[in-house]
Amino acid sequence: MGRTLAEKVWDDHVVVRGEDGAPDLIYIDLHLVHEVTSPQAFDGLRQAGRGLRRTDLTVATEDHNTPTIDIDKPIQDPTSRKQIETLRHNAAEFGVRIHSLGDKEQGIVHLVGPQLGLTLPGVTVVCGDSHTSTHGAFGAMAFGIGTSEVEHVMATQTLPLKPFKTMAINVEGELRPGVTAKDIILAVIAKIGTGGGAGYVFEYRGSAIRALSIEGRMTICNMSIEAGARAGMVAPDETTFAYVKDKPHAPKGADWDAALEYWRTLPTDDDAVFDNEITIDASELEPFVTWGTNPGQGASLSGEVPDPSSFADPTDRAAAERALEYMDLAPGTRLKDIPVDTVFIGSCTNSRMEDLTAAADILRGHKKADGVRVMVVPGSARVRLEAEAAGLDKVFTDFGAEWRFAGCSMCLGMNPDQLAPGERCASTSNRNFEGRQGKGGRTHLVSPLVAAATAIRGTLSSPWDLVREQEEV
Amino acid sequence: MEKISTLTGPIIPLERSNVDTDQIIPAVFLKRVTKTGYDDALFHSWRQDPSFVLNQVPYRDGGILVVGHDFGTGSSREHAVWALRDFGITAVLGPRFGEIFRGNAGKQGLLVGQISEESMEALWAVAKASPGATVDVDLEARTATAGGVAHDFQIDDYTRWRLLEGLDDIALTLRDEDAISAFEAKRPSWMPTTQPVSEGT
Repeated sequence: MGRTLAEKVWDDHVVVRGEDGAPDLIYIDLHLVHEVTSPQAFDGLRQAGRGLRRTDLTVATEDHNTPTIDIDKPIQDPTSRKQIETLRHNAAEFGVRIHSLGDKEQGIVHLVGPQLGLTLPGVTVVCGDSHTSTHGAFGAMAFGIGTSEVEHVMATQTLPLKPFKTMAINVEGELRPGVTAKDIILAVIAKIGTGGGAGYVFEYRGSAIRALSIEGRMTICNMSIEAGARAGMVAPDETTFAYVKDKPHAPKGADWDAALEYWRTLPTDDDAVFDNEITIDASELEPFVTWGTNPGQGASLSGEVPDPSSFADPTDRAAAERALEYMDLAPGTRLKDIPVDTVFIGSCTNSRMEDLTAAADILRGHKKADGVRVMVVPGSARVRLEAEAAGLDKVFTDFGAEWRFAGCSMCLGMNPDQLAPGERCASTSNRNFEGRQGKGGRTHLVSPLVAAATAIRGTLSSPWDLVREQEEV
Repeated sequence: MEKISTLTGPIIPLERSNVDTDQIIPAVFLKRVTKTGYDDALFHSWRQDPSFVLNQVPYRDGGILVVGHDFGTGSSREHAVWALRDFGITAVLGPRFGEIFRGNAGKQGLLVGQISEESMEALWAVAKASPGATVDVDLEARTATAGGVAHDFQIDDYTRWRLLEGLDDIALTLRDEDAISAFEAKRPSWMPTTQPVSEGT
């Protein structure tokens, strides 16, 4: 019987096959490190007198705590500053390459791997961050791990991992204009729920996925974890190869040829069988938005806030009731009538050039809605430089948006970029949990296009609404 | 890691589903560089409400948390496990868990057992009928007994064995160091390293 992409990558990384229920020992090709989940792991190595086995397969950057303005000044929050300083100290002591704030390769850890050409098809990638699933867009197997596992990888360059099940997420058909990768993944999560992927590695397949750029595929794989999946992958193809070719660390010359030959063997065999399968019709999708406090609580933007009594499952009903109370929304409210205070374009989900370009194309020539704060935060210093070279920064600032330096920013309440209590945000990030963007803050997850249209109109809006307005004028 | 065989404590009924790790411990508490001292951070936002379950007398010193489905979803932060442990939670029982959370718990000696929805309801009912009622968790037998009823729970064989023996994962893996070295010797030459490359070459 044939094998799936995930099974092939797994099989090629088994160091020791587990027996009698023991996990397989899997080799890790790339370990990405950031300041939040690593200090206790480095401490663990020190306490046990262990070294870091493969510094040459490890790279660190600073992203979660870092401010996105005044980056040339000392970090004001003393605990954040200490955490960053601890990472710098640990990197120096253990010999780990680090891209610190101000370095042109600094950025959100999930942008750094791909842009350096370290994230490649068929490799295994781990990081102490759940959105490591992003790297699966290249046909890599990429897992988010906890700090104990970070220490384990540092000490051994391996992880004991339990076998997984496979789920095919077939997305067939052509997306309508204004509908993006973000809408696909939000629709997938709404369909299967936040726990629907538990135990699975997803493979996103179908004509709509093939038609996406690598950046769109990263957006989709990024949010696999929000459906509970261990990882999400897309089979490498010509789009993938064109993207990685000539990246700084990508194979060159004869190595490139050898790698390419191997990568072409990775896609799932025709006779392989997935443990589970779902299909989504891409042509029916509309711009999507979340109304609740987990990423599965979403709906098409043309719809309404649901009535909790419409949920058959009592725990889902209770969760919807709690969510609407926290979000201060009444059932039956048209989603497009919901006004926002803040629009955030950024995060490891949507902060790459394609995202910023798409947003800028909508914002160009407009002014932001009165009273709305608009923040555009490139995911990496390199993206910031590229965006400025393309003149996007001027589009954003002319529009009335703040153009920031690279980092996780307002995706999580860990750095100075936060919502105030009660504030409502249309956000291109990945989590709408209670307090995620700041204590008491309310988050609606959207695509960069919806974020841009919302920034113009001041209420949750899709690019279709802008077209309609122009037609009416 | 300390060996675990049996645990006893009050059933703490947390009657919510989809409790993500941002709720267990908000990101603002993740700036610390230590592995202990997170008890005050546990469920920080919800604990501002005096009626929240952990603020009630029988539960203030910890116990065994019985939760709704999809507990521990979201962020990989192991701080969620440290905060539960620091508060005095010795086991978490529920119908379904976030996988990274469950993995983290296993590494830190926090027992996470999967129970049926019926057992979840039954344990909540025992706690509500008599707040402070205890449950006896037997890892060897994989049972949680309360109100005279033994509820089966699931935990994978390997994690159970490690918890029973109190084994450190890294030490276990290092027994296979020869296999790791042999694997490394066979890795393809095109695999990249993170060593700086000069651009333009």
